[in-house]
Amino acid sequence: MTMLGDRQQLAYIASQAADARVNVELETEGMTLNIGPQHPATHGTLRIICRLDGEQVVWAEPSCGYMHRGYEKLTEVRTFPQVTALVNRIDWLGSFANEVPFILAAEKLMGIEAPPRAQVIRTILFELSRIANVGLFLGDLGVQLGAVTPVFLAFRDREYVLNLIESATGGRFHPNFDRIGGLKDDLPAGWIEETRAVMKKLQGFCDQMEDLLFGNEIFLARTKGIGIIPRDVAMQYGLSGANLRASGIDHDLRRDTSLPMAWNKADWKVWTHTDGDAFARCWVRLQETRESCKIVEQLLDVIPSGPIMTKVPKIIKVPEGEAWVATENPLGEMGYYVVSKGDLGPFRVKIRSASFNNMSVTPWLLKGVYVPDVITILASLYFILGDLDR
Amino acid sequence: MSSTETPEATPVVDTDRDSFVVEIRARLGAAVVDSFVKPGDDIWIRLAADTWVDSVRAMRDDLGLDYFEFLSAIDWMPSPFGKGEEDPTDEPVEKDTTIRQGYAGGDTRFQVLMRLESFRGKPAVNVKVDLDDSMTIESISSVFAGANWHEREAGEMFGITFAGHPDQRNMYLPSDFEGHPLRKDFPLLARVIKPWPGIVDVEPLPGGDEEGGDE
Repeated sequence: MTMLGDRQQLAYIASQAADARVNVELETEGMTLNIGPQHPATHGTLRIICRLDGEQVVWAEPSCGYMHRGYEKLTEVRTFPQVTALVNRIDWLGSFANEVPFILAAEKLMGIEAPPRAQVIRTILFELSRIANVGLFLGDLGVQLGAVTPVFLAFRDREYVLNLIESATGGRFHPNFDRIGGLKDDLPAGWIEETRAVMKKLQGFCDQMEDLLFGNEIFLARTKGIGIIPRDVAMQYGLSGANLRASGIDHDLRRDTSLPMAWNKADWKVWTHTDGDAFARCWVRLQETRESCKIVEQLLDVIPSGPIMTKVPKIIKVPEGEAWVATENPLGEMGYYVVSKGDLGPFRVKIRSASFNNMSVTPWLLKGVYVPDVITILASLYFILGDLDR
Repeated sequence: MSSTETPEATPVVDTDRDSFVVEIRARLGAAVVDSFVKPGDDIWIRLAADTWVDSVRAMRDDLGLDYFEFLSAIDWMPSPFGKGEEDPTDEPVEKDTTIRQGYAGGDTRFQVLMRLESFRGKPAVNVKVDLDDSMTIESISSVFAGANWHEREAGEMFGITFAGHPDQRNMYLPSDFEGHPLRKDFPLLARVIKPWPGIVDVEPLPGGDEEGGDE
């Protein structure tokens, strides 16, 4: 329970002042700046309409829906096993992680659990998709702030991780590998050794990124003190993931909930930062990538033997009930509220995606900032359009 | 770790959650219409619609439920269209049209669904509110600022008016879109125009065993 720092307080006051300016309607002539839908900082097609006073944003509103695919409606005409093919495409950079909470929710309703071997492999693949996702974020962050080198490194090193995911699941981007009751297949021969070597490489990548970005004066000047989200605002808007932890809230679902996964079999740390600014968010993500590498390395040693599927009927009917399962995905908290009526398919699925809540803070956050900082803030909040629009 | 537990080992009585429900009822009084506790899992409470903003504020300030997870709605009417997997040449089957609400009950076809969590060590709570035919309910964006976007989404998808919402425009849909896509009586056109071909393609795998690994 920390109080607001001086800097946070100042940023808060500045945004309040910007609010007041909008209300009073000063005589200066405003200008409307349209960012997107096609812009590298939008990770897809997001449009942001900013009203400017000089170089300051006085009002900003993201306009979503360019990529709305209606997954909540589509799940209602699919069977439970078919839904994973849909939810894969929500956050397309960490797609395996999207499958897990839905499968866990279905398993919870059915009262079954995956065998221990499947739980550990699930956790490893989950963390690999986090590394692939957040690793690319670090590179992307550089390119959005004007540094071109990190993105090349990120794409190169992400490829190693995608190769691992591909050799285990058959799909680089959309594994569709998780099944109710376990996994589709066991790991291929030699995969564990290869993964160990890649994790070494990825830790080197993290070190490199730390030197390249976090030791760079321009990067520091453009991110420190920019886009500060105070703790109470983060809670009110339901921010999650690194955005929440960067505001000083020590909350990580991997540690704080008891899901049938294997995170508690590894020794790792939840990183937080007290500043709540763009730098803190990026820094927390870098540390998380490192921790993920550590988790994977440790879990590789403890994969138990045994089956990877528990006994499930060929035609899966999920008993009537309601269940909520959320996991700590690369972008933040991803949850599914699944309502089943005892049919082959779900009656209603509410998809709580991380980016939707994370981006809902932008109208508040962008008030009073300067135009170049808009890009910094959007980059540091880190959203994927598929996750925002679903 | 829970991996070693069998499903039978889940506690039948959940004292934490039960006592928290007692605490909620004591604080909110008659505003709690119904409640349901699934031991070891979650709490569901149903609130009265007319005082629900005050109830949510009390839950945030006095009951420690300070983290806003999501807000949405549920249409409990069974879909008149089914999954679009029936053979159109067959006799139409009689569909079950009774509205059965889920945990914590309900009296209306539509319910607002919200989930609040606590970072102060309290259990999380799923909140439901009945929506009468006026399809209007007070907005809670004055309590949780993050509800703003969620209410806009629920509003366009289910046709709910959130009274007192600062700016209830469409979130995803074009402003001249007609209908409310997540209502059950809104057809999924792709399935209505052409029956789903997938269902007839399923063949048993050669040599597939009875227990069957993947679905």
